[in-house]
Amino acid sequence: MAVFGYSEPMNDAQKVDVMALAALARVAVSETELAELEKELPAILGFVNEIQAVGADLVKAPGELYNVMRDDVDAYEPGMFTEDLLRAAPLVRDNRVEVHQMVKRTK
Amino acid sequence: MDLATLTIAQARKDLDARTYTAVDLAQAYLDAIKQKDSEIRAYLEVFADVIDQAKAADAMIAADKSMPMTGIPMAIKDNILIKGRIASASSKILANYVASYDATVIQKLKDHGAVFLGRTNMDEFAMGSSTENSSNGPTKNPHDTRRVPGGSSGGSAAAVAANMALAALGTDTGGSVRQPAALCGVVGLKTTYGMVSRYGAIAMGSSLDQICPLAKTVEDAQIVYEAIKGHDDMDGTSLPNDFYQDRSVNRKKKIGVPRAFLKEGIDPDVLARFEASLENLKKNGYEIVDVELPSFAYGLPVYYIIMPAEVSTNLSRFDGIRYGLSVAGETVKEVNERSRGEGFGKEARRRILLGTFVLSSGYYDAYYRKASAVRDVMRTELAEVFEMVDAIATPTSPTPAFVIGEKADPLAMYAADIFTVPVNLVGVPAISVPGGTVQRDGIDLPVGFQLIGRHGGEEALFELGRLAA
Repeated sequence: MAVFGYSEPMNDAQKVDVMALAALARVAVSETELAELEKELPAILGFVNEIQAVGADLVKAPGELYNVMRDDVDAYEPGMFTEDLLRAAPLVRDNRVEVHQMVKRTK
Repeated sequence: MDLATLTIAQARKDLDARTYTAVDLAQAYLDAIKQKDSEIRAYLEVFADVIDQAKAADAMIAADKSMPMTGIPMAIKDNILIKGRIASASSKILANYVASYDATVIQKLKDHGAVFLGRTNMDEFAMGSSTENSSNGPTKNPHDTRRVPGGSSGGSAAAVAANMALAALGTDTGGSVRQPAALCGVVGLKTTYGMVSRYGAIAMGSSLDQICPLAKTVEDAQIVYEAIKGHDDMDGTSLPNDFYQDRSVNRKKKIGVPRAFLKEGIDPDVLARFEASLENLKKNGYEIVDVELPSFAYGLPVYYIIMPAEVSTNLSRFDGIRYGLSVAGETVKEVNERSRGEGFGKEARRRILLGTFVLSSGYYDAYYRKASAVRDVMRTELAEVFEMVDAIATPTSPTPAFVIGEKADPLAMYAADIFTVPVNLVGVPAISVPGGTVQRDGIDLPVGFQLIGRHGGEEALFELGRLAA
């Protein structure tokens, strides 16, 4: 079934590292929930793994989806939606969305 | 007027004949909501300006400018944006989010002068089959309030079934309009992917989602569909209006039934009701033939890979920074994690993690890529079957409405969608029409009869749906 160079499905010996997934997805997960998810996720993955039984052309896939682009022109007048969008933002300062500093220079 | 028997078609005649006004009609629905909704809990909010909207509709009628939906009172699912009103998708993360723009379907209905009564309850971000995943608590089935109305568009279905709206909008990603329609005894149409603009629907699975009508009759569902369909430049997946042509006539007079797919997991009396609906089609000159759709048995596993993958991607926009719930933290990462941890409910978090897993580099081919390949096989198989038949029939759901709290195991809940998810994976239209009732605990509960059509084949489904119901 395996196609050279393609990743394999999970086997029974492998564990789902829920904490690593939560970190990737940026979702805080509590201790109690972690224990539940460590049971639920492998159960769901075991269920969806049924599809390995279907013969399907992995090399060709995925199928007929393609990107649709609009014309590369100004879609709207600059500033047209600024007020509406800023109204929805939790933290706003001087006509912009406020965020914590992302990059710091070490002195 | 009698709300129990009123249809959009009848209300249109009455309003245009000045038998009653749009204000009278809206007031009748507001009274019904006041009387029943404290028990059913279909609505999250009833809008304060309903009578003003109805007055505007009356002005259109007085000027002889009425359109098919003018003055028709509708319920709108909480994940469809109406500018200036809250759209929360029944999630804590969007509890106070006020829509910045109108969804295209809303703009179209506003142009018609439709009256929006309020926004309806749903499973959070449309993830669920019972409304139990709503951050606002479940809606009750009007036929038996101990039971779920189905989901995720359960509030919309219950509102129509309890005569608290004449029609409603829902969204259908894996059965979220058809299954609640079946469990509440109303009509639900899942439209061909690309026929109705998704612009302004809060995205769950973008390759699967469609905005869809719920109504009391097939004719009413068709009236709403005609009002909301059409190409939209704001949705990159919207199809040109003439994309599918000549799909209206039933030429073969044959209905396919995938018997092998109906062997297990269906309540015997639900299957008996399904056979009775098939008889209605036979009486009208249709031949019932067995069809083979072996890949459809893999519909649920394929769906529970593709959908969470798209969920994890779509829901990454909720970051606690741009809009929605924001929980303070020392860094951007902390703000993200805390806002998403507190803002998303259990099922949403589960699906985000599942989607993150199937898209992760070590497993992408084995899960997402493989599921996409099987999805292609399903598409090919269905196209071959449609060479032989006009439509495919299945029960909408394997069981009638279940008791609130009965399906605590996520996999048990997912199984409720076994007959509906293949339709979304392939992108074809399907309609659920009332297919009689079965008894549970001495109470008659409705079941649905699903007809699946070819891409762009809605017209044929309306015709067949009328004959089967």
